[in-house]
Amino acid sequence: MKFETPATTNPIDQLKIIGKPADRIDGPFKTTGTAPYAYERHDNIANPACGYVVGSAIAKGRIASMDLTAAKTASGVLAIVTADNAGKLAKGNLNFATLLGGPEIEHYHQAIALVVAETFEQARAAAQLVRVDYVRTDGVYDLAAVKDSGKPARITGGPADTAVGDFAGAFAAAPVQLDATYTTPDHAHAMMEPHASMAAWDGDKLIVWTSNQMIDWSVGELAKTLGMPKDKVRLISPFIGGGFGGKLFVRADALLAALGARAAGRPVKVALTRPMMFNNTVHRPATIQRIRIGATRDGKITAIGHEGWSGNLPGGKPEAAVQATRLLYAGANRMTATRLAVLDLPEGNAMRAPGEAPGMMALEIAMDEMAEKLGLDPIEFRILNDTQVDPEKPERAYSHRPLIACMGLGANRFDWSKRNPQPGQVRAGRWLVGIGMAAAFRNNPVMKSAARVRLDNRGVVVVETDMTDIGTGTYTIIAQTAAEMMGLPLDKIIVRLGDSAFPVSAGSGGQWGANSSTSGVYAACVKLREAVAQKLGFNSTEADFADGQVRSGNRSVPLAQAAGESGIVAEDVMEFGDLGKKYQQSTFGAHFVEVGVDAATAEIRVRRMLAVCAAGRILNPKSARSQVIGAMTMGAGAALMEELAVDKRAGFFVNHDLAGYEVPVHADIPHQDVIFLDETDPMSSPMKAKGVGELGICGVGAAIANAIYNATGVRVRDYPITLDKLLARLPEVA
Amino acid sequence: MRSFTYERANSPAEAAAAAARQQGAKFIAGGTNLLDLMKLEIETPAHLIDVNRLGLDKIEPTADGGLRVGALVRNTDLAADERVRRDYGVLSRALLAGASGQLRNKATTAGNLLQRTRCPYFYDTNQPCNKRQPGSGCSAIGGLSRQHAVIGASEACIATHPSDMAVAMRALDATVETIRPDGAARSIPIADFHRLPGNTPEVETSLAPGELITAVTLPKPVGGKQIYRKVRDRASYAFALVAVAAIVQRDGSGRVALGGVAHKPWRVEAAEAELPRGAKAVTAKLFADAKPTHENAFKLLLAERTLGAVLAEARG
Repeated sequence: MKFETPATTNPIDQLKIIGKPADRIDGPFKTTGTAPYAYERHDNIANPACGYVVGSAIAKGRIASMDLTAAKTASGVLAIVTADNAGKLAKGNLNFATLLGGPEIEHYHQAIALVVAETFEQARAAAQLVRVDYVRTDGVYDLAAVKDSGKPARITGGPADTAVGDFAGAFAAAPVQLDATYTTPDHAHAMMEPHASMAAWDGDKLIVWTSNQMIDWSVGELAKTLGMPKDKVRLISPFIGGGFGGKLFVRADALLAALGARAAGRPVKVALTRPMMFNNTVHRPATIQRIRIGATRDGKITAIGHEGWSGNLPGGKPEAAVQATRLLYAGANRMTATRLAVLDLPEGNAMRAPGEAPGMMALEIAMDEMAEKLGLDPIEFRILNDTQVDPEKPERAYSHRPLIACMGLGANRFDWSKRNPQPGQVRAGRWLVGIGMAAAFRNNPVMKSAARVRLDNRGVVVVETDMTDIGTGTYTIIAQTAAEMMGLPLDKIIVRLGDSAFPVSAGSGGQWGANSSTSGVYAACVKLREAVAQKLGFNSTEADFADGQVRSGNRSVPLAQAAGESGIVAEDVMEFGDLGKKYQQSTFGAHFVEVGVDAATAEIRVRRMLAVCAAGRILNPKSARSQVIGAMTMGAGAALMEELAVDKRAGFFVNHDLAGYEVPVHADIPHQDVIFLDETDPMSSPMKAKGVGELGICGVGAAIANAIYNATGVRVRDYPITLDKLLARLPEVA
Repeated sequence: MRSFTYERANSPAEAAAAAARQQGAKFIAGGTNLLDLMKLEIETPAHLIDVNRLGLDKIEPTADGGLRVGALVRNTDLAADERVRRDYGVLSRALLAGASGQLRNKATTAGNLLQRTRCPYFYDTNQPCNKRQPGSGCSAIGGLSRQHAVIGASEACIATHPSDMAVAMRALDATVETIRPDGAARSIPIADFHRLPGNTPEVETSLAPGELITAVTLPKPVGGKQIYRKVRDRASYAFALVAVAAIVQRDGSGRVALGGVAHKPWRVEAAEAELPRGAKAVTAKLFADAKPTHENAFKLLLAERTLGAVLAEARG
């Protein structure tokens, strides 16, 4: 099915099951420990050998020699894989650093060997016996120091440089100007489940149970890396303990499990240990961002410019921090520029809302600063500069853009009118109290997605697609989609995900998963409805699927009976036409935050949070809310504590465990409110839904930063906003 | 595989004797730190002596009106003990400011005193660290040092001691009781228990080889307002940037010990004379010889402001 014209009324609009807060189907499995994760697939492989990854002890240079003698003879050791003995390996298209390094070393903790033994403990102990002599070479690890060496780099969906009108002239002429520089540090995905894989060979066929967001991409990448035909590789990933972009691609665990299994001649499982994850895999790259805004005295933006610098390994991509600025606010004269420097730190890559998350952390502070210069309420300033068209291409309208409604509803719900615009004025006991807001904005990409549905003679529909559920609720919304389409209750739907033997889906990334994958299921169900109607001799456009029956005129047949002994199978793929090009499709929101800053110690604690989101039809308000509160939590982490600390001498992230890399704990997160606008976007898909999982993080950090400013009068432009950045500028303790 | 032997001792004396007898022996109690360090091969004991079942898990009154806390009393139980909550509030508060509920359920009094630094370079076996590998150098000097010591550090090591409990015990003038391999008992004032790094940062306490902690004795209650204020970026489950344990009497006199600033709980008795003159005067004396790094210099101002807030709370 091809989605080329705006959606009209369809069975989803019945909203009997779609739009209801159904509990997650996988919830009981996860809470009872019966959802099997990749590392524990002993239901398939009774006794796998265990692999332990040896990571490079240097950031850049080469291995002069590697002595495996002691490790090989250690108890229980079955095989040791290194670049020397692994055979020829190609590099995938989606990773920049080599997954098995040596002799060249590209980054710290790059995998250089896998020790395979009977038990994990044996493999770990033997790994310590691998003797490596390195020749270090100097690397570049300090973004600020080398930012000016950055080269223009294309961003997702755009060129390195954009220019509309005369930015320089308009900015210079603007009576009110802001020119400020902001920084965001490197961030870790720090998901709960580490990267893990279990691999088994059957002749020339490879099967890998793994933890991966994008099954089809990763089958291709693994096949390419191993020099195998794609159809000989099968990936299975039904349950994933979080990914946030860190599991979009094949990582060392999957490749080394495959190589280890080949070398040992038996199935092997490999998990990255927690301290290995931070430098071995990928992270959200640090940014330096300069934002210039010029406006008239009454608050109309006349010039807006955003420059972003980031660094990556050679061949890597930039962090597209300027992306949102191209679209979010009006202004006749505009520019963005993206520069990428070469750094020898671990590979930077996508993390939840790449580009927009760090970009909005800066842009939405800048908007707050500009509103203050203008003497305008921050919401009023944003309303004044709202646009209903793509400001770079005014002929291109937004499909639907209720940003003002989000801000208005949020302001009302949060008692924004009680905010004292004068910072540093509100005190509650030991706390300086402030409130702040920021717009939320994230584009709504769509991706081709296929599914297969099978109706059996029990009246049960089985849905199969290689779509993944990374903790987002995919199982549930897919079941809701099939149930709505087929007129069945939820318990008559079985959803099978994350297997490359199933039709190729959109996968989980870029917040496209929910809308795209359910659209694929919609397409398959349309075909199934046609097949059922045809079998019964019904006119498919008139057939009504409800209550487990299919009706046409006076005739009603149970679906189970219609399926017959052999059942009916249908498969289709949803493809998207150019509505996304004709119309700018994005998701919108507004974040409101109240913080307390300890008047003595400058400790910052969030007291209240609210997000108002406009993201098309909300397929399941319960799982969508979970997505948004999780994103708000992640945004609070980015605002207040998350930072991969770079050792600029040795070239690695020093705080590489969960004691050092702090993410919020329960005590950091207060009550969170989420409101979804009741809306649909027929330009988006037949589901009329959009992504929401990344919208929730965009802008949170700035809302917190703005609240801290309101509480203290101290403006911090370098994340994370920790107490040491406020302390010296707070009033004396009484 | 790196194997080790294990025995369950039958008495404290026997445990201490066994530890002296066996090369590379270590005591294991709650294991919340030791097991982590063994997995990373930072600690590689050849022999573990389990001291969990030696009857050292009681809290008893002492003849002079104090409290004797067995070495194996779990942090959770110590924090919840009615006598501790009533008479040694600073200790109960410090314990509850540390770690997590699950860890406090396992962690013991002696183990808490003996926990090792959380310096990230200590935990990364690829990096030089004089504490882990004497003579290899200190990576934290010139590296990530935001959490590190601002006073009492050396060219060899700028690590901090991570305990909250020990800071409160320092303010309370606790005594560490031990038994030595020859069966002799010893009492070590808490002030002398932890050492500054000097040139031997791998030696962290004044315990002799094989010497086993049997209890920590708290002197007769001293009353006063007892406050433990731990400052950190994250609201829970994080080590202190600065912590203040304070006992302030009605007349304004008192005691102050700080955590998160040195290789041991930091207390300078002479500085306490300045308490009536306020936090600035006290911290000026406490940190007279401070040598912070550029990343942790904020701790000096933070300590002053935190102490100021603590003294204000004590007055109020």
